Amino acid sequence: MIRLALLLLVLAVPAAAQEQIVAGLSQNRVSITADFEGSEILIYGAVKRDTPPPAGQGPLEVIVTVQGPSSPVTVRRKDRVAGIWLNNAQVRVDSAPSFYAVATTGPLTHILSDTENLRHGITIERVIRAVGITDEADQAGDFLVGLQRVRTQEGRYRVLQGKVELTEETLFRTDIELPANLTEGEYKVRLFLLRDKRVIAHQERVIGVRKEGLERWIFNLAQEEPLLYGLLSLVLAAVSGWGASAAFRLVRA
Amino acid sequence: MQLYLPIAEVSVNAFLILGLGGIVGFLSGMFGVGGGFLITPLLFFIGVPPAVAVATGANQVVASSVSGVLAQLRRKGVDFTMGWVLLVGGIVGSGIGVWVFRLMTRAGQVDLFVQLSYVIFLGLIGAMMFQESLRSLLRARKPGAPIRRAHVHSWVHGLPFKMKFRASGLYISVIPPLLIGAAVGFLAAIMGVGGGFIMVPAMIYLLGMPTKVVIGTSLFQIIFVTAFTTVMHAVTSQTVDMLLALVLILGGVVGAQIGARVGVKLKAEQLRILLSLLVLAVSIRIAVDLLVKPSELYSVAGALP
Repeated sequence: MIRLALLLLVLAVPAAAQEQIVAGLSQNRVSITADFEGSEILIYGAVKRDTPPPAGQGPLEVIVTVQGPSSPVTVRRKDRVAGIWLNNAQVRVDSAPSFYAVATTGPLTHILSDTENLRHGITIERVIRAVGITDEADQAGDFLVGLQRVRTQEGRYRVLQGKVELTEETLFRTDIELPANLTEGEYKVRLFLLRDKRVIAHQERVIGVRKEGLERWIFNLAQEEPLLYGLLSLVLAAVSGWGASAAFRLVRA
Repeated sequence: MQLYLPIAEVSVNAFLILGLGGIVGFLSGMFGVGGGFLITPLLFFIGVPPAVAVATGANQVVASSVSGVLAQLRRKGVDFTMGWVLLVGGIVGSGIGVWVFRLMTRAGQVDLFVQLSYVIFLGLIGAMMFQESLRSLLRARKPGAPIRRAHVHSWVHGLPFKMKFRASGLYISVIPPLLIGAAVGFLAAIMGVGGGFIMVPAMIYLLGMPTKVVIGTSLFQIIFVTAFTTVMHAVTSQTVDMLLALVLILGGVVGAQIGARVGVKLKAEQLRILLSLLVLAVSIRIAVDLLVKPSELYSVAGALP
């Protein structure tokens, strides 16, 4: 009954959103086990319309973003001081995602306006939050560019322009590769539909990335019982040292 | 075979880590050094975060040292009396080192401080050992050359609180070993290593200990220093990666056993010349990093504490 009412409500306001996203993910959880080598997720969907595509408007475009958990980071710059290269300046960035991928149907500058980018925070520059860094160092902007470059090289930040396949302005799909160096947490998947550089519909999904099994056990023990964990590591080291010594003596005898 | 490390949060090749542990274990068994000064930079190189590399490296050194000491023990190559005296000095020195380390961290230049201490101490000790062992190697080749006496009496022998170190065949004051232990403990805390590469030459040249007992005694002392470091890191920063340590250890313990056997076959001079070259190579490598313009000027680290 409630569902029916909701459905009627959705149908009753077609003018507000003529085109909507119906999206799916190939998986909504990723388990990090000892042999984790990275994972590929398929993000697919369709555009739901009650009326034919509006005439006289630009073509439909799709942007998909995947964002890993964010944390504060320190970006340091090396300078030459007395002939030695050393960390001379640093900037503290309030929040930078550990992973960020943007996949689109076309070049970002052609399909997305600056105001819409600012409003929805779509490109990586708009996702990194760095308030008041200009007080911390000269040319603070260079530090943000440096941060993006370093993380791009590590495969953590990716721009995949033209990697979303859109068929008949209705069906779309893209594959996003999650690297092996994955951080645990909630990965936010956002889907945007655009026409004439403006976002006309968007949707959000979440993928949970969690350590499992042995990884989980070790991580929890290290966090919750650090002294026990440290002593256990020592016992492990001492026993294997002794074990190898004993084994070699047996081999020789 | 890829292996995901739960604490380091990176995925590494298990065989690469196994090989790395094996090589470092081999060197540690052969020379009596813990291998911390090698394993830590190597782990950085394959992408393990520095804090995890330092802490886990210490844990690995515990295992290879235990394995090495047991191999030396059967050959009566451990002077326990000397080991305990060095350890007492070492704990005091390490305490002071941790305090200085904290001061440098607050000043914000701990990376540079660590790198410079590596270059200076490794370079100095490597060069000294190389020069000395080359000279004695050449002397051994030349027949009829005057032979230097093993024990030269110096001011060291005039100090009070004399003690008998039976395994080393020494009767000297406890003050020099205590001071050496303290100096090594201090450097170990700052550089995140066991300190064997400093301890071994100090025992040979400053205390005049016979090479036969130097390696075992050094390893004996290293076990305790690195065990202390491991637990400290596990408690204060949770940066010991047990899985990474386990794989390194598996390679390391086997390597250490082979290294100890090979070490017996080599002459003392050859052993020392090889160790000095290794120490010099690491020192030069770090110096180059400081002097050559890096390809990427920016680096990203987690938030400062």
